[in-house]
Amino acid sequence: MNSNVLGHSPRRKESLDKVTGKVMYGNDYNSPRMLHGALKTSPHAFAKIKGIHKEDAEKMPGVKAVLTGQDLKENIGLYLCDKPPIARNVARHYGEVVAVVIADSLAKAREAADAVKVEYEKMDPILSPKEALKAEAAVIHEEMATYSHIKPIHPEPGSNVANRSKIRKGDVKKAFDEAAFVVETNMVIPPGDHVAMEPRVSIVEIKSTGEVHITSSTQAPFVVKNLMCHFFGLHPGKVVVTAPMVGGGFGGKAGIQLEGLAYLMSLKVGGRPVKLVNSREQDLLASPGHIGLESNVKIASDEKGKLLGMDLTYCFNSGAYADYAVNISRAAAISCTGPYNVPNVKCDSMCVYTNMPFATAYRGFGHIEMAFGIERALDELADKLQMDPVELRKLNCIKEGDQTPVQSVMNSSTGDLETCFTRVEEMLGGNLGDVETINEEWVRAKGVSGLWKAPAMPTNTDAGAILTFNGDGSCNLNTGVVEIGQGTKTGVAQIVADTLDIPLEKVHVVMDVDTRTSPSDWATAASRGLFMAGLAAHEACVDAIEQIKEVASAVLRVSKSDLVVKDERVCSVDEPSIGLHLSEVALGYVYPNGNAFYGQIIGRGRYIAKHLTDIDQETGKGHPDLEWTLGAEGVEAEVNLKTGQYKIVKAVCCIDVGKVINPDLALGQIVGGMAMGMGYTTMEGFKLNDRGQVTNGSLRDYKIMRYGDHPEYKVEFLETPQLDGPHGARGLGEQAVIGMPGAIGNALSRAIGKGLYEIPITSERLYKKLMEVSH
Amino acid sequence: MISYKGYNAVDLHVNGETREVVIKPSETLLSVLRDKIGLTGPKAGCENGDCGACTVLLEGQPVKSCLVLAVEAIGKKVVTVEGLHDTEVQKAFVEESGFQCGYCTAGFIVNSYALLEENPDADASEKVEWLSSNLCRCTGYEDIEKAVDSAQRIKNNSESR
Ligand code: FES
Ligand code: FES
Repeated sequence: MNSNVLGHSPRRKESLDKVTGKVMYGNDYNSPRMLHGALKTSPHAFAKIKGIHKEDAEKMPGVKAVLTGQDLKENIGLYLCDKPPIARNVARHYGEVVAVVIADSLAKAREAADAVKVEYEKMDPILSPKEALKAEAAVIHEEMATYSHIKPIHPEPGSNVANRSKIRKGDVKKAFDEAAFVVETNMVIPPGDHVAMEPRVSIVEIKSTGEVHITSSTQAPFVVKNLMCHFFGLHPGKVVVTAPMVGGGFGGKAGIQLEGLAYLMSLKVGGRPVKLVNSREQDLLASPGHIGLESNVKIASDEKGKLLGMDLTYCFNSGAYADYAVNISRAAAISCTGPYNVPNVKCDSMCVYTNMPFATAYRGFGHIEMAFGIERALDELADKLQMDPVELRKLNCIKEGDQTPVQSVMNSSTGDLETCFTRVEEMLGGNLGDVETINEEWVRAKGVSGLWKAPAMPTNTDAGAILTFNGDGSCNLNTGVVEIGQGTKTGVAQIVADTLDIPLEKVHVVMDVDTRTSPSDWATAASRGLFMAGLAAHEACVDAIEQIKEVASAVLRVSKSDLVVKDERVCSVDEPSIGLHLSEVALGYVYPNGNAFYGQIIGRGRYIAKHLTDIDQETGKGHPDLEWTLGAEGVEAEVNLKTGQYKIVKAVCCIDVGKVINPDLALGQIVGGMAMGMGYTTMEGFKLNDRGQVTNGSLRDYKIMRYGDHPEYKVEFLETPQLDGPHGARGLGEQAVIGMPGAIGNALSRAIGKGLYEIPITSERLYKKLMEVSH
Repeated sequence: MISYKGYNAVDLHVNGETREVVIKPSETLLSVLRDKIGLTGPKAGCENGDCGACTVLLEGQPVKSCLVLAVEAIGKKVVTVEGLHDTEVQKAFVEESGFQCGYCTAGFIVNSYALLEENPDADASEKVEWLSSNLCRCTGYEDIEKAVDSAQRIKNNSESR
């Protein structure tokens, strides 16, 4: 064990390259051989495509081809095959791709895209789940019955419901009949975007052998590989996906993005390499963003505040296509109550099509949306009970032995949520229910929220690690985890340095992922990278140590069980002078006379999730939840009661992560998550006009937090070990976004003395609320 | 007034070198740096002046290279992140973890370098005014703030010695 590595914060492996501009992201790969693609997108939210005139564009200089929906018969879709790579016959959202141009430069391709003329027949767009669910609503996907889909989702053809997940636990009716207090709230969250700073890009070339080489800004090279085979009938051994450094993912690059379209474009031009890169506007609208939600939350409690039941309806706004959204609605059902022990639960969680830009995975995967409703309702319940909001939550914290909504039992790895709340309360200075007057206009108020999340992923989610060695005894670590800024590569390297007991500088990391040479790894998503790749890497070290001992045992004539690997040596446990430096065994031992023995050390490690099951279609019973990360968050806000202006001055979080492998990286994930959650709650989300056109479809208008907008952050970690995690660690990448809408919504509602139920809570919205005459 | 039409072979002075490139008047400095000179440090985050990922120095002043035409840079000194070596700002970004994915980093480093050259004693509000032209989606800005503050401290200490 190398005690200097775990729990410390060495600099990231790629640090120097990142501050000198040397790191290569997808769009930094250029070659004169490449052709370039450009997208033409729909100005209408819902319209029949009556005709496309591409002749002018085709004649423009440098243009190689123009593709439209008519040219492509395949549909693609992550879980539900509902999306033509280019709109065919109908455009279902503003910004949907209706044609693509391939030319010998990006500028020429973009010019030619402008020259493509499309005739539309406009239809009335459906702009909310509520409208989409009406019996008389137009059906956005008339062919739904023909779409193939994975088993765990349940589309309802003839309607706009792409998936419905049900939770039926206990007797909800009885719980509400017997309740002393009942609250009910309705919440609205609009779809929006991840705004990763790197717009998506894919480069595809088809070799003469039929091999398809893809370089892509992806969090999920293995998902891309598998889906490319599935959609286009390719052989898995012939699809090679390379994932270079990614400029921010947040879930937005976790599915299949531009790869399919870029492949079809390359195919059209005889396999020549084609680069397809989104403009920022296309990245916001043509590629998927984050999901919206309309929720109805009913909570019943006894007279002391003990929760008796929850009755929940979640109508997720998936936009025009399902992508990850059908699994987001399912994930929200699995954890529908928030981190509380609720004996009786009924939840219908639906993924609903609308004519809005479509949604994919987003940090928190359904939990940030779900939690807003639960946490706002809990605060209203606390008001009714005249109880401190933290006390109410502590009374109902989920604990070891309690059952989740899917009736799986929380095990002894369950985090200490009660202490998280205590710490959050203290970091905020207590008196959570109070509103403090600063001066005539300004007041100060606080709000809290609980959070929990388990990864939503296939039951056979895997990871792997391969360790090879160099002549100086250093090693090379190869995993399938993509570096998207979270620092997992460095975290896993720390685990290797610790297990092999070598300095971290001697663990060299293969940064890019290549699906042909890297071990399989489901996806860098669901906050499971460090957990699973860390376990695989640990196993690879153990495997390497076995081999090292085998060589040393023969050379030193010491039995294997008497050998230890430490300090870059393998030596006899009781007589350390009898030993070999790792450099002497790394590539096989060579005797003084030249004879060689054993050959190189290659460590192999693997991980696959165990005992996971799907959930029952009628009751939700099952075990889809691998590990839960629990925590609590809070904010302090200063609010002007006259103008509605406000500022979040402090944001705090206490989260039980099992074990902090690298404090700086962990802190970065939490603070980054809090910031993202704050932006989400206070300023983001798509704005649409009544024709369904997005009016803030650029970074000029789609506001995200800027330097100087950030509050003071305070973060604490608890370490209740995850018994099956690497050194006790569990996932933490997404969690910190989850509590922000609830905490902010609660603080601001308290400050103005009126309930806020809609995101984003802009100053304008606050002002309007203040002006409302209360009844 | 000089006017440019069609393709022009011109000299650009970038990171202390003279590079001959063939450009059209409509090409932005960002695209010429990236696609014709191979300096991919500056990034295209929006090509609209909103994100600052493309920031470079033009005659020592930070500019968004997506909003500058390459022809405007003729006869002027251009410095990209690749032209900065071992600066206090770069070291501080490493030490204080002033980045995660790193996509915004070149822009932030070039911009804060220029800030500390221009106004070594910049106070908090001046820093906000200067740096709010750059977007970062990963860090929540706290670590960037720490990095800039620490670079400022170290730089001013070493210069006053
Ligand atoms: S790319 Fe120039 S400001 Fe965004
Ligand atoms: S570090 Fe990713 S955008 Fe700033």
